Amino acid sequence: MTQTLKPKIGLFITCMVDLMRPSVGFAALRLLERAGAEVVVPDTQTCCGQPAYNSGDFADARHIAKDVIAAFEDFDHVVAPSGSCAGMISKHYPDLLKDEPDWARRAEHLAARTYELTQYLVDHLDLKESLATFDHSVTYHDSCSSRRELKIVDQPRTLLAAVDGLELIELADTETCCGFGGLFSVKFPDVSNAITKTKAELVEDTGAEVLVGADLGCLVKQAGQLNRSSAKVRVFHIAEILTGLAEGPGIEGDKS
Amino acid sequence: MSFFSQDNPQCHDFLNGAKKALDDDRLQAQLARSLKDGFQKKRLKGMSRLPEYEDLRDRAKAIKAHTLENLDTYLEQFEAQVIAAGGQVHWARDDAEACKIIIDICQSVNAKTVTKGKSMIAEEIGLNAQLVANGIEPVETDLGEYIIQLRKEPPSHIIAPAFHISKEQVADTFHEHHLKQVQGRDLTEPTTLVHEAREELRQKFLNADVGITGANVLVAETGTGLIVTNEGNGDLTQSLPPVHIAVSSIEKVVPTLDDADTILRLLARTATGQEMSVYTTFFTGAKRDTDLDGPSQFHMVLLDNRRSELLGGPLHDVLSCMRCGACINHCPIYAKVSGHAYGWVYPGPIGSILTPHFVGVDEAHLLPNACTMCGRCEEVCPVRIPLPKLLRTWRGRAFEAGHPGGVQRLGLKFWAWFAKRPALYHTVVRPAVGVLRCMGKARPFDLPAPQGGTFMDRYKKGER
Repeated sequence: MTQTLKPKIGLFITCMVDLMRPSVGFAALRLLERAGAEVVVPDTQTCCGQPAYNSGDFADARHIAKDVIAAFEDFDHVVAPSGSCAGMISKHYPDLLKDEPDWARRAEHLAARTYELTQYLVDHLDLKESLATFDHSVTYHDSCSSRRELKIVDQPRTLLAAVDGLELIELADTETCCGFGGLFSVKFPDVSNAITKTKAELVEDTGAEVLVGADLGCLVKQAGQLNRSSAKVRVFHIAEILTGLAEGPGIEGDKS
Repeated sequence: MSFFSQDNPQCHDFLNGAKKALDDDRLQAQLARSLKDGFQKKRLKGMSRLPEYEDLRDRAKAIKAHTLENLDTYLEQFEAQVIAAGGQVHWARDDAEACKIIIDICQSVNAKTVTKGKSMIAEEIGLNAQLVANGIEPVETDLGEYIIQLRKEPPSHIIAPAFHISKEQVADTFHEHHLKQVQGRDLTEPTTLVHEAREELRQKFLNADVGITGANVLVAETGTGLIVTNEGNGDLTQSLPPVHIAVSSIEKVVPTLDDADTILRLLARTATGQEMSVYTTFFTGAKRDTDLDGPSQFHMVLLDNRRSELLGGPLHDVLSCMRCGACINHCPIYAKVSGHAYGWVYPGPIGSILTPHFVGVDEAHLLPNACTMCGRCEEVCPVRIPLPKLLRTWRGRAFEAGHPGGVQRLGLKFWAWFAKRPALYHTVVRPAVGVLRCMGKARPFDLPAPQGGTFMDRYKKGER
């Protein structure tokens, strides 16, 4: 029996995309379908559980993790347009559920087939042709979860290089966190804002017209700071750039 | 300005401490310069000349893991070897016991002044305050420690205690305290400052009745302790006075000199980017008859302070720490709030794991939460301690102990209640997005306007 050529993908939308930027979800959907996958968006998903997990509320985090496992374990692959959520599922669910053998096994099974979007597009699908046209200079923000937890560095750059007209200007000090940190930014707003301010200054220093990243949390945080400092930089998720959906207002919102 | 002290932690006040640091423009400029262009660049340079870095990390990690698994054996071996070399070994259960042991030794030789090499364990046990309370004058001899001792401040960094102070501030401090020096002298050059400190300290080295140092590594097979310094102050502290007391915590022991060598190859490179510190000093027991000089008494104080409770538990790996400071130097939070905001002896990521253990989670629950989980600390740790994981362990314990409480806990529980009920969740977030969109500038946290609608709702309605 031959394996079907069309992988069936469960698209994990992420709560941030659901709330803040639905177009990122639609862009991810299009990219995956264009690359030849069958994509399903289970409606029983809410969040990966990180707010609870990183607050030390492991009971709620476990409950949410089990819901996610149940909703996604039957797909060939699971893809999230976020390194942070993909990292939560692939690196933390097994540890979170290690004391419940049956769930730990299911968590391992899901973890092994869960990917961040750019990682999946480059490493598992074949997107050869030019992806879109975007006649702007951009700089790219590596999220800590993508860069360090999932070791994703080249994939988003490979994808951006396939966009006609796009000029990539690398951001200085790209290993440093943007200061978002999920609920950290709510619990420690002053510290968080100070870190983001430094990051946003580096973004402005590149002279790029557009800030691109693959994690909406980091982008929303930086967009807020760029707005505060009246910067002209527009902010988009990489999926929006790759599908030509980056023409309207960016994540920074309508400035008019 | 008031600071925390060993017996009066201010970890609960992290937010205020952070705010103070953030509002201090001079401190902010100094942090940016000294971390990014200082420690971080120097470490990278040090690593670039060490192709076997990753292998060394694995070896160091394995050495630490093996030692901790057999800690009792190696500590007993170390003890036997110190005694064989003419030294005495004192076991201290906690800070009070350690201080008492040290003060008893000082009093037994009628010590009036003691010179001190830099020691974080001395900070952990609050030694200086206890010495002073017993009429013994401690003189810090590490330049950074000396400066903050004059200023009556605690250290803000484990390897650079005066990290938060500018050279102009040092000059002011020296003008204020070095009253025998010429008034109005020019102290703008760092070398002038160093020379003056050296001059002031020289006589104190010679007059000291006891020298107290820490130890970076203890070697079980030989009973040797070793310290690394860049100023040579440790050597003078331990070899000039007739009595040398070394105080160290139990997890600093390694089995062999070869193992110590592996630690040394990583320590300075990760800490300051140096291949080796300027001085690496080994001390074994007291002065032998054939030695030309050295202390006639050598005392090794081994501190537990509940470290043994960590063995085999979820925080076990923190005992591998060699105190290089790399996690601190690369922490985005430390880079903004500096060391004092953490409110106790050990700042930064490593401090946020150690401090709750020593001062309790009710006092220190904010520290493990004051972290973006960016993971850079783990990336630069020379012994691969999974710091974010250990920080998260503390978050779990803090949550169980009721932290955070109040609105934050209610908010989280409220959110989680919905997140566990997808249908209901999707029903309530839809209008929530609408509300957020309408709020304009009233939106919290500089949040930009949401795009409109939720993905789930728009997808359900057929949008693609």
